[in-house]
Amino acid sequence: MGLKRVVVTGLGALTPIGNTIEEYWDGLANGKSGCAPITYFDTEKFKTKFACEIKNYNPTDFFDRKEARKLDKFAQYAIISSEEAIKDSAIDLDKIDKFRVGVIWGAGIGGLETFQEEVIGFANGDGTPRFNPFFIPKMIADIAPGHISIRNGFMGPNYTTVSACASSANALIDALNYIRLGHCDVIVTGGSEAAVTIAGMGGFNSMHALSTRNESPETASRPFDATRDGFVLGEGAGALILEEYEHAKARGAKIYAEVVGGGMSSDAYHMTAPHPDGIGVVRVMENCLRDAGVNPEQVDAINTHGTSTPLGDVAELKAISNVFGDHAPNININSTKSMTGHLLGAAGAIEAIASILAMNNNLVPPTINHTTVDENIDPSLNLTLNKAQKREIKYAMSNTFGFGGHNACVLFKKLDE
Amino acid sequence: MSDIASRVKAIIVDKLGVDENEVVNEASFTNDLGADSLDTVELIMEFEKEFDIQIPDDQAENIATVGQAISYIEDAK
Repeated sequence: MGLKRVVVTGLGALTPIGNTIEEYWDGLANGKSGCAPITYFDTEKFKTKFACEIKNYNPTDFFDRKEARKLDKFAQYAIISSEEAIKDSAIDLDKIDKFRVGVIWGAGIGGLETFQEEVIGFANGDGTPRFNPFFIPKMIADIAPGHISIRNGFMGPNYTTVSACASSANALIDALNYIRLGHCDVIVTGGSEAAVTIAGMGGFNSMHALSTRNESPETASRPFDATRDGFVLGEGAGALILEEYEHAKARGAKIYAEVVGGGMSSDAYHMTAPHPDGIGVVRVMENCLRDAGVNPEQVDAINTHGTSTPLGDVAELKAISNVFGDHAPNININSTKSMTGHLLGAAGAIEAIASILAMNNNLVPPTINHTTVDENIDPSLNLTLNKAQKREIKYAMSNTFGFGGHNACVLFKKLDE
Repeated sequence: MSDIASRVKAIIVDKLGVDENEVVNEASFTNDLGADSLDTVELIMEFEKEFDIQIPDDQAENIATVGQAISYIEDAK
């Protein structure tokens, strides 16, 4: 039995540069920065005082007060973005076999704020453990797909993938595999994260992972720039409806792209540092191309992991030169994290969406905030600096890598029709 | 309404997201006010916090309505 084809038939997004797919694309195409001073807590004593928060967000626009209280923000974002994607797909929920619809979601951490608040509450008390009964079910990383299935009655495979910043790319690859093996007709996939909290900022700050450009937050995320000094923490969610091609065709669905391959690998090197020779990163792109049966010369665009950290950006570009050789300068390479910040477990999802939208709009979003050439970067590479570039895209690749050495890579193809 | 009764009702309105008019003495948390098992546990914990009392689990099981909560707390104070 051959493998089935898998297509993307619905999209949803809640990001620091736009609260819907339409707003997100508008932000991407126009090089908008989502970064600003943190509003959630007092940052006076924090080294980094800015992040890419979701803007104009009021949970009671989406949930009643009682419901909102039982949902950590990472689960709220998951529900909101997945509902946008389901609606966008125009799937008639009464006409599908819900046992063949899964939800596979990515979250790098889960309900960090919930955990933080409950522990602070205990620490401030007299030692009596008065933990809220919703503490655990609010916090656990798998509750996001749980809620999506409860709300929609989806009774197929349901779980969360956790591989730090590669989490939602892993979710997407798992979804691809279940559908192409014939186990599911439809899978709601994507990822969400809400780690702009005291614990999240404090923890990443002490690793020296975050930019400290407090005087200019909106230009702090500057992947590939010689003056980059760390990533900018972001939050939000992205959702994609993956569907078996014949199932989508039979209901006359709008098809954004085909998911043609996924690659995975591990650095097996260090908890947080990228392998200096990029062995795992080279391998993940090779695995992805092999899985898709696509030659390196066919790839038109790569949305990099490109977090704006000194080591990671150079290692990834070297790996791209290694894999794509003479073709590398022909590829539109970008990092949309320059605009959105780093959404951790949601990064793979919102960046896959960026690749798909770039393909559908024949426009590659820019890597903004570039000022100074990094001499360690091959000058022949087209990093799509500062302004979006028009480009017909047939094949688009999206890379994501996570602490722990997890690498994931996904390849999308524009359908001919 | 006694002070205890009004404070109990305010907690129920807040935690269960119900209308104040629905929170009558006969109302059952689960059957009338839409609480699930975790909501009920949370309510008991809120009563303990608000009134600085301890409600043992075996007695908490007998507090199923608004009126039962009020009279338990009035007795305990």
